[in-house]
Amino acid sequence: MVSEKGSFSIQKLIEEKKKNKSAHTIIEKLVPFILLFTAVLSVLTTLGIVFTLIFETFTFFSKVSFIEFITEKKWYPFSETKGTYGILPLVSGTLRVTLIAIIVAVPIGLASAVFLSEYASERTRRIIKPILEVLAGIPTIVYGFFALTFVTPILRQFIPTLEIFNALSPGIVIGIMITPMIASLSEDAMTSVPNSMREGALALGSTKFEVSMKVVLPAAISGIVSSIVLAISRAIGETMIVAVAGGSTPTWGWDVTSSIQTMTAYIVQVSTGDAGYGTTIYYSIYAVGMTLFVFTLLMNLLAQYISKRFREEY
Amino acid sequence: MKLIDHTKVVGHMNQRLVKNQVYKVIFFIATMFGLLILGILLYRILTQGAHYLNLDFLQNLPSRRPERAGIKTALIGTIWLVGVTAPLSLLLGVGTALYLEEYAKKNRFTDFIQVNISNLAGVPSIVFGLLGLTLFVRALGLGTSVLAAGLTMSLLILPVIIVASQEAIRSVPKNLREASFGMGATKWQTIVRVVLPAAIPGILTGGILALSRAIGETAPLVVLGLPLFIAFLPKTVFDTFTVLPMQIYNWTSRPQEEFHALAAAGIIVLLIMLIIMNSIAVLIRNKYQKRY
Repeated sequence: MVSEKGSFSIQKLIEEKKKNKSAHTIIEKLVPFILLFTAVLSVLTTLGIVFTLIFETFTFFSKVSFIEFITEKKWYPFSETKGTYGILPLVSGTLRVTLIAIIVAVPIGLASAVFLSEYASERTRRIIKPILEVLAGIPTIVYGFFALTFVTPILRQFIPTLEIFNALSPGIVIGIMITPMIASLSEDAMTSVPNSMREGALALGSTKFEVSMKVVLPAAISGIVSSIVLAISRAIGETMIVAVAGGSTPTWGWDVTSSIQTMTAYIVQVSTGDAGYGTTIYYSIYAVGMTLFVFTLLMNLLAQYISKRFREEY
Repeated sequence: MKLIDHTKVVGHMNQRLVKNQVYKVIFFIATMFGLLILGILLYRILTQGAHYLNLDFLQNLPSRRPERAGIKTALIGTIWLVGVTAPLSLLLGVGTALYLEEYAKKNRFTDFIQVNISNLAGVPSIVFGLLGLTLFVRALGLGTSVLAAGLTMSLLILPVIIVASQEAIRSVPKNLREASFGMGATKWQTIVRVVLPAAIPGILTGGILALSRAIGETAPLVVLGLPLFIAFLPKTVFDTFTVLPMQIYNWTSRPQEEFHALAAAGIIVLLIMLIIMNSIAVLIRNKYQKRY
């Protein structure tokens, strides 16, 4: 009796298990497809961005000639009669700000990276690195506020001709913003240089400075250059700092003391203004966005290429 | 004939050692420069904004009179935005990471998705705003609603969450999975009961950091056309709203000093929110780090 009952329940268990198994196999087969769908969504986002930009940019170029867009040195979209749409002043605004940012960020960022990776003790590094990361995590609108209400007034004491809105102040502040990025990525590249190379150079009688400059820096150069290129890409796409402190006067040239407008700041200006849906001005933000997208994409691809192509294997 | 002229080497020695010391100091100052700026920035904002920071400031609606203005709508709006963005981006991000780490075969398609994700992370946030404007605000007719903004923000922070989740999932040791398979568990059972519980601290840390980026973002929301001034609260996800950075932007772009002080007070509130979120992320990371 007992054994019969026992075998009966075991059989039942097995049958139950089999039934469950069919439910399980359905889940097992379904789950990969659901997860694949979420993964494909990220690809769809990229396609969405590209198609949105291309589609609306085409509408823009049915109203404005492409040649005018890339050669004209005047950007007057808000003109009463017929607007002039030459992207060059906006590009020149973006480049001026980016150049200033790079001039500020590269020396400071690299010097910090060398200090953290070659000179600082493990303890110092553990304290300073998170603080630098805090600097990178501050919202850009806060930096914009800082540029307008602190950096600009200070600069105006030294440069009396500096206007309230200018390229210099947001350029410096963007430089401060991207410094941690250069420092952190370059430091990673330098730390991954094997110690045996440092020790070899030290054994030959080099000083620490010589080891840093003649051994570690050249060995880590691919990581360092790609970090700088990534930082340039960030500076080009930066929006709120230039929208707050850069002004809204698209100008062509190299003047950094007067009001400018960057590509991103123009998109913000139109978005906060009252240009209606379907107007040429409305479509112009997509053409500008497209230009911006192409610029940053090229930079990002360049950074990837550099870090792959010129990586030294040890 | 000697290969090395010893007197020459000794002659240079002093100069080289001095150079070494001088550059050490220069590198140190450069490193401290970042910390100094951070200090100045925080000090400036605290001294400018502390005056306006009180309970009324948190409870009042925005006003054209600075002394009566508050951030109630913006603060509640930010919380709504997080409420929509967090579940969406975590679900999609973790799903993608699970697919790439646990299911995907090593082939060109997988590589393509991976490259695509890292390129998506480098797209300027304002371009995501343009996508959101066309797709969510116009095509789907969501307007400047919480949902449209939440969807846009989710796409924006998705790459960050995917990469963080991938790292967390990858760091779960293989023998845990094999033990689970050895006990007769299926792949999905193993993922849900073994891999995810082990990876959740890493996923949460990355997720919170990504969300704190979403809280501070302004540019894409400006492009969506979110109102800079609004005097009522959203009741559903289809209502229009505004967020803290938009309110700060509004006050910053006014010429009067009083509004700049208000902006500083708003920034203090924003930074406090970010500090809290970052502390939680760090706590989770420290508590669960390297259990294996």
